[in-house]
Amino acid sequence: MKTTFLEFEQSISDLEAKIEELRFVQDDSAVDISEEIARLQKKSNALTKELYAKLTPWQMAQVARHPQRPFTLDYIGALFTDFEELHGDRSYADDLSIVGGLARFNGQSVMVIGQQKGRDTKEKILRNFGMPRPEGYRKAMRLMRLAEKFEIPVFTFVDTPGAYPGIGAEERGQSEAIGRSLYVLAELRVPVICTVIGEGGSGGALALAVGDLVMMLQYAIYSVISPEGCASILWKSADKAPEAAETLGITASRLKTLGLIDKIINEPLGGAHRDHAVMMQTMKKALQDALRSLGNKGVDELLETRLDRLMAYGKFKEVEAE
Amino acid sequence: MSWLQKLLPPKIKRSIGPSKRAVPEGLWIKCASCDAVLYATDLEKNLNVCPKCNYHNRLSARARIDMLLDPEGRYEIGAEVVPVDSLKFKDSKRYVDRLEEAQRQTGETDALVVMQGAIKNIPLVAAVFEFEFMGGSMGSVVGERFVRGVQVCLEQNLPFVCFTATGGARMQEGLLSLMQMAKTTAVLTQLAARKLPFISVLTDPTMGGVSASFAMLGDVIVAEPKALIGFAGPRVIEQTVREKLPEGFQRAEFLLEKGAIDMIVDRRQMRDQLAQLITLLLRIAPENT
Repeated sequence: MKTTFLEFEQSISDLEAKIEELRFVQDDSAVDISEEIARLQKKSNALTKELYAKLTPWQMAQVARHPQRPFTLDYIGALFTDFEELHGDRSYADDLSIVGGLARFNGQSVMVIGQQKGRDTKEKILRNFGMPRPEGYRKAMRLMRLAEKFEIPVFTFVDTPGAYPGIGAEERGQSEAIGRSLYVLAELRVPVICTVIGEGGSGGALALAVGDLVMMLQYAIYSVISPEGCASILWKSADKAPEAAETLGITASRLKTLGLIDKIINEPLGGAHRDHAVMMQTMKKALQDALRSLGNKGVDELLETRLDRLMAYGKFKEVEAE
Repeated sequence: MSWLQKLLPPKIKRSIGPSKRAVPEGLWIKCASCDAVLYATDLEKNLNVCPKCNYHNRLSARARIDMLLDPEGRYEIGAEVVPVDSLKFKDSKRYVDRLEEAQRQTGETDALVVMQGAIKNIPLVAAVFEFEFMGGSMGSVVGERFVRGVQVCLEQNLPFVCFTATGGARMQEGLLSLMQMAKTTAVLTQLAARKLPFISVLTDPTMGGVSASFAMLGDVIVAEPKALIGFAGPRVIEQTVREKLPEGFQRAEFLLEKGAIDMIVDRRQMRDQLAQLITLLLRIAPENT
């Protein structure tokens, strides 16, 4: 797959184009230019490293939304076996922007649920750009309860711009679906491990992101409102999205400092989309560690710890009441 | 009259001193719905419901509590919790300045007032949103006060009632505010485990992160007439679907028709109605109230 470069990666893109060109001529060239290619490749890597060492939150948002970034189904395909996708909310429809089903992780039965974006136009439309409707959340809740019934741990993958703001979605109770999902996850009597893999967009993301362990990929973002949305409300201009991204604190490192996520999963150089294989290895290890860390806890202890964590969210001060 | 005053043309003279239009402010109020000009005290006496068209104008949190709870035995919960600007958030204005301005304008320290008290002698805890405080937005303080209110219910076996009037999560607190959705919802599991009722009353407006968390999870969900209730704002939906929204979309009556809420209750009957619901749920005979 040819890498699509982002706007801020122009310098890398130029260099990679040159390398590509040299590789092309190398085959019918009399002189050996492999050394030159290696030199340029090294330079490109160094450049990427340098650029990615100081990504701005807005640039990170671009990486988090990269069309070649691994999506939920990519992780399911690579890390799980015997995936049996389960469909439908049993009352209205099957929302394809959320996928879920039973699978095995290292041989152990698990439930996997996540938002799914599309890569090409056709798939994007099919997946509604990863923006779930109420029936998507209701399907997810059904699968959570199913997992609970058979004492199966739940993995969620979070990757959505947000819940879909449409007429039908409102008519069928988008708010209730999201709220109920938060409720179900808060009391679900099995381990829940959540990973924000790309875009964690507001309530639509949170509905799958309440659990015993919330992890986040290094260049994923997680926010109460999209930087564009925030900018257009508070600055009255979507062009101020970079400023909004900065002040909203949407990056993994910032959220870790605030105590809102538990763990950051490192990405390969240049982002998860540059090397799916490496990303899958790192993710597998992270999920294994997460499951192991929760595995020997009793259900009551698990729920108590989960509740305590949720109750601790928030920053305020206490003063003498008047 | 001095010679100088005589020289001044009358036009300038008139602009000096108090303006002729100086009518005491706030004496007359225009109904937001039917444009009827109403005498302010009349409107207030009618709980801010327009006597001409029954439109439920917005009500401050304290006024709401006054109309709702019995006058004696009220204790405020969570007033000691006050906001901080942990993100150093700044858009066109700094968050700390916005907070200060909202505090000055409303006399509240944040957008939720929680009060222990009673409705017709039935003890309970009521949480009421103050919409005038930054659009009733939910940040860390709102979440914490909500939780402290529920905790009092758990300690003393009380039902919990919440009146929402909010635009949703408070952007200025970033993801911290989003997490308040999870926090407030999670504490309701405790209330349910103890079989204590949670009644959610949706008033105009109840949107975004508040509607998509605890507000829609009431054991009974009540709404005030014509209240705007929904997840996404009408403008956002209009921009997304690029069509005009149907008449009455996201209004309480629309939600009732779609099966999202249990009932619409006139503000003037709210006290009676809540007392009725709670006594029914708790199996208290009517003569005991």
